[in-house]
Amino acid sequence: MIGQAWTRRHVLATDDWSRAEIEMVLEQTDVMLPVLTDPNRTVRRTPALRGRTVVLFFAEASTRTRVSFELAAKALSADVVNVTTAGSSVEKGESLFDTVRTLEALGGEILVMRHAASGAAQFVADRVTSAVINAGDGWHAHPTQGLLDAFTLRSQLGDLAGKRIVILGDVLHSRVARSDIHTLVPLGARITLSGPPTLVPVAWRCGQLPEGVVYEPDADRALAGADAVIALRLQRERQESGLLPSLREYARAWGLSEERVALMRQGAPVLHPGPMNEGIEIAASVAHGSRSLIERQVTNGVAVRMAVLWLLASSPVTA
Amino acid sequence: MTTLLSADDVRRAIARIAHEIVERDRDPSRIALVGIRSRGDVLAQRLHAAIQANEGVDLPLGALDITLYRDDLTRIGHAPVVRTTEIAFSVDDRILVLVDDVLFTGRTIRAAMDALVDYGRPRAIRLAVLVDRGHRELPIRADHVGKNVPTQLGDDVRVHLVEVDGRDEVELVRAAVPA
Amino acid sequence: MILQGITRFDEQGRTTTGDARVGGGAEPIDARGLLLLPGLVDLHAHLREPGFEDAETVATGALAALRGGFTTVCAMANTEPAIDSPGLVAELIARADRARGARVLPVAAITRGRKGKELADLVELAAAGAVAFSDDGDPVDDARLFRSALEYARAADRPVFEHAQDRALSARGVMHEGAASAALGLPGIPAAAEEAAVARDIALARLTGARLHLQHVSTAASLEHVRAAKADGLAVTCEVTSHHLALTDDWVAGSRRFVWEPMRGASPPQTPRGAPYDTNTKVNPPLRGEADVRALWAGLADGTVDAIATDHAPHPSVRKDVEYAEAAFGISGLETALAVLLMAADAEMGELGTIVRALTSGPARVIGQDVPTDDLVVVDPRMEWTVSAGALVSKGKNTPLSGRVLRGRVLMATVGGEARYTDGSLKGRRAEATASR
Repeated sequence: MIGQAWTRRHVLATDDWSRAEIEMVLEQTDVMLPVLTDPNRTVRRTPALRGRTVVLFFAEASTRTRVSFELAAKALSADVVNVTTAGSSVEKGESLFDTVRTLEALGGEILVMRHAASGAAQFVADRVTSAVINAGDGWHAHPTQGLLDAFTLRSQLGDLAGKRIVILGDVLHSRVARSDIHTLVPLGARITLSGPPTLVPVAWRCGQLPEGVVYEPDADRALAGADAVIALRLQRERQESGLLPSLREYARAWGLSEERVALMRQGAPVLHPGPMNEGIEIAASVAHGSRSLIERQVTNGVAVRMAVLWLLASSPVTA
Repeated sequence: MTTLLSADDVRRAIARIAHEIVERDRDPSRIALVGIRSRGDVLAQRLHAAIQANEGVDLPLGALDITLYRDDLTRIGHAPVVRTTEIAFSVDDRILVLVDDVLFTGRTIRAAMDALVDYGRPRAIRLAVLVDRGHRELPIRADHVGKNVPTQLGDDVRVHLVEVDGRDEVELVRAAVPA
Repeated sequence: MILQGITRFDEQGRTTTGDARVGGGAEPIDARGLLLLPGLVDLHAHLREPGFEDAETVATGALAALRGGFTTVCAMANTEPAIDSPGLVAELIARADRARGARVLPVAAITRGRKGKELADLVELAAAGAVAFSDDGDPVDDARLFRSALEYARAADRPVFEHAQDRALSARGVMHEGAASAALGLPGIPAAAEEAAVARDIALARLTGARLHLQHVSTAASLEHVRAAKADGLAVTCEVTSHHLALTDDWVAGSRRFVWEPMRGASPPQTPRGAPYDTNTKVNPPLRGEADVRALWAGLADGTVDAIATDHAPHPSVRKDVEYAEAAFGISGLETALAVLLMAADAEMGELGTIVRALTSGPARVIGQDVPTDDLVVVDPRMEWTVSAGALVSKGKNTPLSGRVLRGRVLMATVGGEARYTDGSLKGRRAEATASR
């Protein structure tokens, strides 16, 4: 992979990425991680993006992802401009079309954005000159999350070929689930989706699954012998909109408890994109237990985002 | 195409530089070698082995990728892919000897010094190169040089090392002469 | 003009080749290779006037229709105010007359204001000129009220056109619920939302003996119900749209492949993909999967489908240039439908004669009218042209076919013997003096 050029202008979704492209990001993440964690470094930055501006446009509330991107940009010495919802014109009802004009005027080389509408990142990418990184668009994609989950799992498990990874929870509404599928399957993993039938897309429940993916409604059967599990956040409004009878029943039938974790392979790790609803989709003891890689996901997240920012900023496609 | 250094020349140059490094500081315990990828790290490994053979000391050895510190990112024709940097020791108060294959404009060395400074505060930084081809754009000079070679700007100096290229040789390819 | 050697289709889809006199004068024109069709009849178009003139007007819509080969257009009632009173019906007819474009036949609302609560004065509306009743844009949710509408419409002797959609099932869906919506992360409109409503509507038609016409049927399952209803002798008819015959839900994901075009990797290479989430693909009922599209063609071939309509739904850019979930539903189709259908016939998806029937006598029969004999359309089935927003006469530029090269162009359209549209190119085909017999 070293020596190949990066050719994508935007990072909107990983559904059409080749394995080589995914590997390229993971390799660069290996290089970025020591910048953040090497005890022999006194300065946890490099000047690689000095003089460049990264605009963070988060129209949907998010602290962890926004901070993660901000840390990543700053670790590369970029200037960061924050355009967030609180008090912004987006919250006041400004249309995405008008917001695009403002973003274009800000003139950052790279725009990182999160928005509640699926397809919003594509919409903006089609209309601005900046390179766009999708930090989450509706239910559709969260590519850097998919990449950091792949990085985290590979660091822990080694080669992912043939490994069976369970994605557990509200798959229907999860951009994390979709992006995880698109990074893990090309790396050779097999995915088992598990969750309430109302929270998995009809097409996937009825056999029209993406390649490398199966659906198992019973959480115990899904987890038995699995190599890893990614637990998804359950939003409370799912119960309110008639998709679930109660959160209590969800926790009983699909919550990641100690007993369920024990069904997996010895030492199989637990991941969660955060933020967590402890006691609902994941038991507190599991979240903070020995198998949890959740904190490592956070550090890896900054490194992955540094790698992506670097590849976009230094590629002739962007320049 | 001219051969600037044959395999024997390379061997002798490295042996000489290894001695020079130690001669400079009677107490080699503060010295550390840091090779600049790629090929500078290979040379640093050879220097490390030579010094170990000669003096019996195992100097700390690091490898540095300067891509994230370059000042010319937007001019490169392709996306530069970064390799890892490995400096598993503290640089504070050490005499770091940077090792590279060719010294040319000096910009690579400037980037390397910026990178090292992000690891701490060395007592001193020195520079050892296999070939100095002139045309400095920054006030940088080498402390140890294998061979000084006058070149023209358009010339290409190619360093081949056994570990990477299967043979030891340094070639000079002259720039195309305009008609 | 005398069009020499032209291939003429009658309203049953049968062809003869010979000379035909069109418009005034006796200028001989070499028309070999051209087609002469009866003026096409569109059962379903939104002309947006009164109230939404930024999207379309009767004038621009009637002219766009002619360019697409449609000499008769049925205008839907979801305007502002809705066409639910005789005065508004008359006004619509008057505007259409002034426009001197296609004939515009008003379809009046079923319920007052299209609110779905009380019946409109259906008998008076029919007397004022409405050819059918429809709340299109919306279904009539209340089954009991819809039953009344079906029964009462018999007094007006007009069919009821129903937009069959179970609103609870379609909820906040924005595209067909299937593998594409699962991958794109968009809420889906299941096929069941149409099928359930169609089943309800047919049951009520059976109960009331009414003339029920199901609009823009898009699923195989719905067609099964229609097939069975017809077999039972019910007066149920249905239409499918030209876009539902050509496009699939994969277009939302960026496909630009007509259903009859070769798949990826075929030779010649297929149309490159566009960007996903193009709001010009957002339509209700949504573009469906390939199996549904093929079922529509089968229904056309076996007579289950009575008519092909455009459901021309123009929108101003401000309603389409937004996130997919926020965009208005609708495709501007009057000017592209015929070309797409000709290309489909070329690719042997369907017989051209069947298609012509579904665009002429089929729809005419649904509204109980004859195809006007001196409404004619001259078509060059080989002429290629590129769909461009600027060149469209309709104010609605919202077509997913923008930039696409289509094959098949209307050269002239006459209404009541008067040439109301010509692109001028026929003059350039002037023939040698005497006509052949």
